[in-house]
This record gives sequence, C-alpha cells and structure tokens, in this order.
Amino acid sequence: MQKIYEAELSFLEACLKVNPKSYGSWHHRGWVSARLPRPDWARELSLCDRCLSLDDRNFHCWDYRRMVVKVSGVPVDQELEFSDRLIGSNFSNYSSWHYRSTLLPVLHPQTRQEPPHASSPRGPQSHRVCEEQLLKEYELVQNAFFTDPNDQSAWFYYRWLLGRAEREETISCVYVSREDERVAVAFSRPINARCVGLLLVLDGQPLRVEWRSVHPRFRHSPVLICDLPPGTINDVTNEHNLTVHWTGNHTHRDCALYTGRVESWCRDTATDQELFRSELSVEKTSVLQSELQSVKQLQELEPLNKWCLLTIILLMRALDPLGYEKETLAHFQTLKEVDSMRSEYYSDLCCKFMIENTILKMEYAEVRVFSITDRNLTSLCHLDQLLLVTHINLSSNRLQRLPPQFAMLQCLEVLEADNNFLENLEGVYHLPRLQEVSLKNNKISTLTDLQPLASCPELKRLDLRGNPVTQAASVESDLAELLPSVTDLLL
Amino acid sequence: MAAEDLPSEFDVVILGTGTVHLSFLSGDNFLFHLRRSYYAANWASFTFNALLTWIQEQQVSSCLWASTPQVSPQSHLCVLIGGASARARQGLAEEESAEAEEESAEAEEESAEAEEESAEAEEESAEAEEESAEAEEESAEAEEESAEAEEKSAEAEEEKKINYAQLVKEGRRFNIDLVSKLLFSRGSLVDLLIRSNVSRYTEFKNVTRILTYHHGNLQQVPCSRADVFASRQLSVVEKRKLMRFLTSCIEETEMDQAYSNQPYSKYLQDQQLGENLQHFLLHSIAMVTEDTPTEAGLASTRHFLRSLGRYGNSPFLFPVYGLGEIPQCFCRMSAVFGGIYCLRHSVCCLIVDRDANRCKAVIDSRGQRISCSHFVVEDGYLEALGCLFVCRLLSRAILITDSSVLPSDSEQQVSMVTIPPGEVCQSAVKMVELCSSTMTCMPGTYLVHLTCQSVGSAFEDLSQLVTKMFQTPESQEPGTTIDPRRPTVLWSLYFNMADGSVPGVEGQGLPSNVHVCSGPEGSLDHEHSIKQAELIFQRILPDEEFCPPAPNPEDIIYDGESPTPSAEEDSVKEAGQQEESGGDLNIRYTTV
Repeated sequence: MQKIYEAELSFLEACLKVNPKSYGSWHHRGWVSARLPRPDWARELSLCDRCLSLDDRNFHCWDYRRMVVKVSGVPVDQELEFSDRLIGSNFSNYSSWHYRSTLLPVLHPQTRQEPPHASSPRGPQSHRVCEEQLLKEYELVQNAFFTDPNDQSAWFYYRWLLGRAEREETISCVYVSREDERVAVAFSRPINARCVGLLLVLDGQPLRVEWRSVHPRFRHSPVLICDLPPGTINDVTNEHNLTVHWTGNHTHRDCALYTGRVESWCRDTATDQELFRSELSVEKTSVLQSELQSVKQLQELEPLNKWCLLTIILLMRALDPLGYEKETLAHFQTLKEVDSMRSEYYSDLCCKFMIENTILKMEYAEVRVFSITDRNLTSLCHLDQLLLVTHINLSSNRLQRLPPQFAMLQCLEVLEADNNFLENLEGVYHLPRLQEVSLKNNKISTLTDLQPLASCPELKRLDLRGNPVTQAASVESDLAELLPSVTDLLL
Repeated sequence: MAAEDLPSEFDVVILGTGTVHLSFLSGDNFLFHLRRSYYAANWASFTFNALLTWIQEQQVSSCLWASTPQVSPQSHLCVLIGGASARARQGLAEEESAEAEEESAEAEEESAEAEEESAEAEEESAEAEEESAEAEEESAEAEEESAEAEEKSAEAEEEKKINYAQLVKEGRRFNIDLVSKLLFSRGSLVDLLIRSNVSRYTEFKNVTRILTYHHGNLQQVPCSRADVFASRQLSVVEKRKLMRFLTSCIEETEMDQAYSNQPYSKYLQDQQLGENLQHFLLHSIAMVTEDTPTEAGLASTRHFLRSLGRYGNSPFLFPVYGLGEIPQCFCRMSAVFGGIYCLRHSVCCLIVDRDANRCKAVIDSRGQRISCSHFVVEDGYLEALGCLFVCRLLSRAILITDSSVLPSDSEQQVSMVTIPPGEVCQSAVKMVELCSSTMTCMPGTYLVHLTCQSVGSAFEDLSQLVTKMFQTPESQEPGTTIDPRRPTVLWSLYFNMADGSVPGVEGQGLPSNVHVCSGPEGSLDHEHSIKQAELIFQRILPDEEFCPPAPNPEDIIYDGESPTPSAEEDSVKEAGQQEESGGDLNIRYTTV
C-alpha cells in the first residue's frame, strides 16, 4: 500500500513540475497523503517550501500547505517565521499576510479583560491579538506600505489589524406605540422574523404575536414589528411593562409605557455604543492617533495615493467622526479625482459617513429630527438607527429612490425630499404616522410610482410640484382615487 | 601538443588569453600563445600555492608591470602573513623540499586543454610551497616593521583555528583571482555568455549584499524593494523617499535640464533625500564620485537597477571558482571548434612587411616561424617585445581573513563593499568579500579583494584601511584597543598592476594587422573589456557576427570524421554542468 501511494506521490510531483498550479494535482496529492500509511510530512512541507519559493502566490500550494501543517502539527511559531520569511522576500502577497492573520490570534491571543459573560457563547474564537504583538505588526506593515504604497496587500492587512471589532449581538431598541398598539424592535444585525426565537412579555404574561419585517421585500431585517391584540394597551390610564426576549441569544430588553403616554421606547443610542467607531477598531485612542500621524506622514510624501487617503479617512472616523468631518470630506474629494474609476464607490462611502455624522449630531441634540440637505447624497443607509425619527429632510441631494429599508422609519410624520432625482418610493410603505410628504422637483413620472403611498393611512398633505407625473391628464382625479386620505394636494 | 607539431600557418595568432581575448568562435584557424603556464595573464586565477609561485616569479623576474620611477619595485609586492605559526611553516617547507627538485625545466610548450592544467598545477604547487618561505623572507626584508609584528602575532595566535600551514595544504581547493571584478546581471558579459552558449561551462553565485563604509561604520545598502522593506536603519520616511527615487530612475523620466551641467551629487542633494540616502545612491548604487555629471550618474544608477532581481536580490554575479574561469570557458568553447592553445610559449619577434605595414608572421620562442594574417596581443606583452607604455596603476590587496566584515545569520555572504574616497583612503576603494562557497577560499575563511586607483604603492594606499577594518599585526600595537569582532587577517598580499583603462595603445606605429588589447582595468564590471574585444573582432572580421550562438558540441559532425565524439568533446561534456536551454545561467543558490 505504502509503495503504491509513494509511486503516486512521485507521479504527482512530476505533474506539479509541469503545472504547479493544477488544482487537481494538489487535491489528489492531499488525498494520497492523507491515506499514506507512513506519511513523510517533513518532505511534503519542504515540497511546499520549494514551490512557494518559486512562486510565492501559488494559492493551491498554500492550501495544501495549510493541510499539511494542520495534520502534522507544525508549531504555530514556526509557521509565523515562515510567513516572516516570505513577506521579507516579497511583501506583495495576500496569501502570506492572510496566513499571518490566522496565526497571530492563536500565538498571541488577547488577554480578555471583560467579564466572561460579556462574550457571546456561540461566537467564534476571538480574532484579537495582544497589544504588544499588534504594535509590532503595525510597524511591519508600515514598513511595507511606506516602501510601496501602491501595493494593496499591505493595506488590506493593515485594515485587518485596525478593524477587528465584533459588534455584540443585542436588542438595541424597543419601541411601543399605544395608539397603533404596535411594538417595533431593532436589533444589532438583520434577523429573520420567522426563525428567530422572540418572546414578548407584557405585564408578566407572554403574549402570542406575529413578528414581521417592515417591508415584504425582506425576510431578514434589523427592525421587526408586531401588532398587539386589540385592546391590550390602548387605555391611557394604564401603565404597562414590556419585555422582549431574544431567546437564542439570552438577551432581552425592557420597556415601560407609563400612564398618560402615547408611546415609549428604550434603547442604546449610537453614541452609547460608539457604533460607528467600533466598526473600524476597538483600539486605544493613543494607538490610533499615532497610526494616523504616520499615515499622514506618508500622505505628505504621496499626496495622491488612494490607499493612503482612504486609510486616513478610516482612522479619522475611528478617532473623532465629527471633529474630522471637514478634513474627511476634502480627502473624499481628492479620492474621487485621483481614482475616478471608483468615484461612485467613494460617493456612497462618503454618504454613509455623512449619515453617521448626522445621526450622531441628532443624538447629541436629543431630537427626533433628521436633516441632511444639499450634501450630494446618493444613497441612504443606517436607516435602522432612525426608527424613532419623526421628521426627515433629505432635500437637495442626488437620491434616486427611497429604498424598502426606508419603511424602518416607523415613527415618521413628515418627509421632505425636494430637489432629488427620486423616481421610486418603494420604502414609503405602511408608515403608520406619516402625514406630510413633500417631493418637489423629482422624477416621479407615473401613478404607479406613487402606489406605495396608498399604504400610509394618515397621509394628509402631498406636494408633487415639478414632477413629470403632474403633466399627465386627469392626474388630479386619479390621485384622489389612489390616495383618498390626502386633503392637501399640490401639483 | 609539442611545438614541432604546430602548423606553420594560422589566421589569427593571439598572445595571452585575458578576458578581452575572448575566443573568436567563428571556426577560423586560431593559435593562442601563452607565455606562462596559466591562462588569462593578468586576468588569471591561481590556486593558493600557484599564487605563491607567481609572487615568487614577480619578485625574481624583471617586470610585469610598467613601473614608474617613483615607485620602487619592492613596494609593489608585499606579502604579510598573520595568524600562522612559524613552526608549522618550517615543517612544511622541509617536507616538500624533495619534490622541489623537479622544479627546473618545465618550460616545454604544451597544448592547452583545460584539463591538463590541473595536472600542471599540482606539479607547480610543489615548487610553490618551497618558495613561499623565500617569498616571506623577502617581504620581511622589504617591510621590516611588519615582519616583526608578524613574529609577535605568530606567537600570540598559536591557537587560531586556521593557520598558514592549513592554507597551504588546502590551497589547491580554491582559486584566487589577480583582478577583482563582478558581473552585472544585465551587463554585456552576461549577455555574451548567454548568446554564445559559453554559459554552459560557467556557474555563478549571486552577490548577496551591498555594503558601504559610512561614518566609520559598515552599513548594508538597501537597494531592492525587499531590502528597503527589511532595512532596520532607514526610517519609514526614508524608505519612501528612496523607493520613490529608485522607481523614478527606472521609469527613465526626462532628466531635468537644469542639471545637465551639474554633478550628480548636486542633483541628489536637491531631491531632499537626506544625507544617508545620498551616500547610498552616490557611492554604492551609482558608484560614482562627487563630481560625476548628473547624466552619467543617472545612467549608472539605472544600470545597477536594471540588473537587480534578474538572478537574485543584488545586481551582481560572481563566477564560482573565480573570474579566471570565464576566459577559460571561452577557451574551452574555442577549443571545441579547433582553436589551438600553447602554454609557456611566447613570441620573440614579428616579421613585418614595411611597405604594406602588415605583420606577415611571428617567430616563436622556439624559433618556429608561424604565418598569420592577424596578431592580437595584450599590451603587457608589448612591453616584453620592447614597446613600453607608461600607464596608470591600480593598487590591489588580497586578504584571507577568518570572519566576515559584517557578520550575519548566514556565513555564506558575498559582499560588495564601497569605501568612498576620503573616508579612509584618498581614492575610492572597492572591496569584495567572498565566502568559501564561491570556491575562492577554504571553509571558515573569507577572501577579500581591495582595489583602488594608485596614489602611492598598494601598501601605502590600502594598508591603512585594512588596519582599520581588520585585525592585522599592525593594529595590535600596544595602547590601542581592538574590537574583538573584527576579522583577523591570516594572509595578505599587496601589489600594483597596470590599469588597462588607459586609452592610446592604438596608433603607436604598429603594423595594421597587429591588434593591442588592454589588460584589466579598475572598474567593477567588464563593459570596457567586452567593448574592446568586439572592436578588435570587427576589425579582423568585419562581416562576422561577434560571438554567435555555438551549436551544441554533440550535434557537430566534422567533415570526413565519423560522428564519434572526440576527446575534446568528451572533456566538454564532463566539465559542463547540466546544460540548460534558453540562455539561462547556472546560478548556485545557497539554501538558508
């Protein structure tokens, strides 16, 4: 048996000499090696070494090597040294950097400071690396991108080093409306209304309710809503206590609806969670600050390097999104110029950051008004954070649609979106409190485009001036039929 | 081949086989005369023992180099031995004395198949060992001070791992070059080797690192992308600046016209590179001086960068067994195609047709008349023929040391070291440190070559630097503390040689079909020699291609011969490493 397999191995070696990137040969070699009665792993490892020294980006060989290392139990530190060596000879190598990112957390795990219950029990092993090693890695990768700032692999590794935050899975907001007898719950990640184990307890009694997402287009949504049985909470003189249990995650959130109040909520704000910061990093401010300094140094030498600019933007956001707003916008402008092929990507990213900033400002001001006008917005995001917003002003941007996610704005009363390129209002769907909609100077051309509005029962005022649809004959009567609740129609 | 057997007619007679004489492979009828028992004249490689013989010859015989009156012959050649025990030396001399008798009449001409060389070398080594004792004594007279110091060191270092006796004993295993040069990976010699298929006889090692002497310290010069990335001495900002400069150099962007009359050093200064990087770029990468014009500086920077990465992480190659291998490889190729070699055979006079101003024939040292249509000769031989040229000199030193000047993880480093002018010596010194895997020194030792333009004698020019960088008998004067990590010099040789770069050998009233080529010059590369060889070749054979690709010897069927391989072909097969197609060079990589 040993002999047959060994002959097969030497045959495969000949095959690999001809085509070192043959997927089939490597896979078969793995199959043979795994069955060999007395495998010579040292030999296999040196074969990988040889192939990788000839072509350090042969990812089939990388795969095979990982298999060999795993089966034969090569010490992690030895493998880290190996990646040191490959990166030393040529650092433009995603495979080597990625290999590091899998080895470091094993070799230098972060010592956990938080109490054990904070970590989610079913979450994967921590991807974090202890600070001492992290600093060394920062230095290594800086050497790489200062040597060649146009090489992407080092920048990607840098992003990995900086951005390792995993958001804890929680219920971020519970909102209850007495009038609508409805509960809306926001989660830290989109969840499936049908599969997730959600339990609603009202005044100590579990309640059978049907959870659904805010828009039929999604099964998964970060905001779920349910209607309470009629008459359960509609008496203003009663006080109610609600608890939503996310059984799968052993988390829950309480919400009290006091006497005389028509609505109530309980939530973590984006500022509390440092939501938008932790997306990049949980690193200490001092470390980030010094990283920002060195990348800025590089930017002085290479003012037009896109990776450098993008990294600066990300670091600034991690440090102080509002304080660096002006600089961030200027960098985005440069990015769009130097990398015009991706200008739309930068626009969308810039939108995201501006929306985040506006959310932060809104929360600091403790208001429920979200206004972002004249900012060239091309897309909307983080709409789950706007669950409680009553007034939204999106005028004078470059929006083309209000996406289905817009239906997460369950408390919305007034929508202003003048001077955009809107032609699709899909997301204005079953918004129970929406009363006023102003859509002046947009691109709404047919009645079908306005169809979603019919699902909003409280809509009273609609401004459609400057839209192609107003040119159609009998538009007024058609609208009256489509939207019977509207009393104030401007065409 | 005995002299009697020599045909009396040849197309071209070539005296000497320096690199410039590179064999002409077009199948013509050639005779190569060698006055000495070795190939390549001043380009030669010697075993340690043969080198000792050579030293002896130089001290006894009248002249090899055109000596300028200011420099006395003694100071040309100076052998110093450190770290060897006197007793061992004596014993050795006695042992070998019996064989030394055979020394006398070896002056017979012999045909020059490369394989026969080794047999000769063995015989010679017997003489060499005997004579080495004399050589030492002579040098001791010339340099009394150092001789005393040597005595001291001999006693003090009895325990040294490697002593002189071992060097002599192992001397056959390694080759020492008289000249010190390297090959640029994209230089014309490498192109030529590949183009002509001579590469199949050669094997190379990459120079592994470039060092420079800066502010009294040896530093590694980061020149490739990987070096820059790994460098610990450069700040990240310097790394960026260096990489940016190097990248812009390769891209051959239009040179700023404002610098067309400015020196390269000024240009570098204005690039805001910082003092460190300027030093690296000027002295180690461009390898030019402070007043080299910008254009030339940029050109040599580019030449360096273009060679980088072709065969490894530095732009230079060094032939295993030394530079003397290269002329021999050309000889070997030429021999396959009928070139005839005569060692220890010289030309006494030329028969010149005064009217035509042509050389009709030569009379060799045994009185045979050999007709030829062309005669190629190295300028060194012309002195012997009576035409003396006054020329510039190079100062050379060859050291055998016990450790590297900059120890690192690997013992097998081949280092190129630049010492800018004014740091220690008046002129810029190029130093090459070879490890034992280049087969130029025995395991555990390093062979160090130093080369600079002569100001005084080689000893005057270079000994100060040697004293500073190594432990020599002189550096052990009382009162001075020596860094124990400094390598110890086990053996050293100082000598001056003619600088072949001096132009003007043409038109000295020589017949029109006598072609003079120069000896080795001081530059690091072979560009000058290749150019000269090509020029001479084109003068002789204006319509032929210079060094065309040679067919595989096995594929050749000679007229009227059965296709069985001749002795020559056998030898070629033996000697050639596995033949590779597609113009590859055989590079010997040291596994880390």
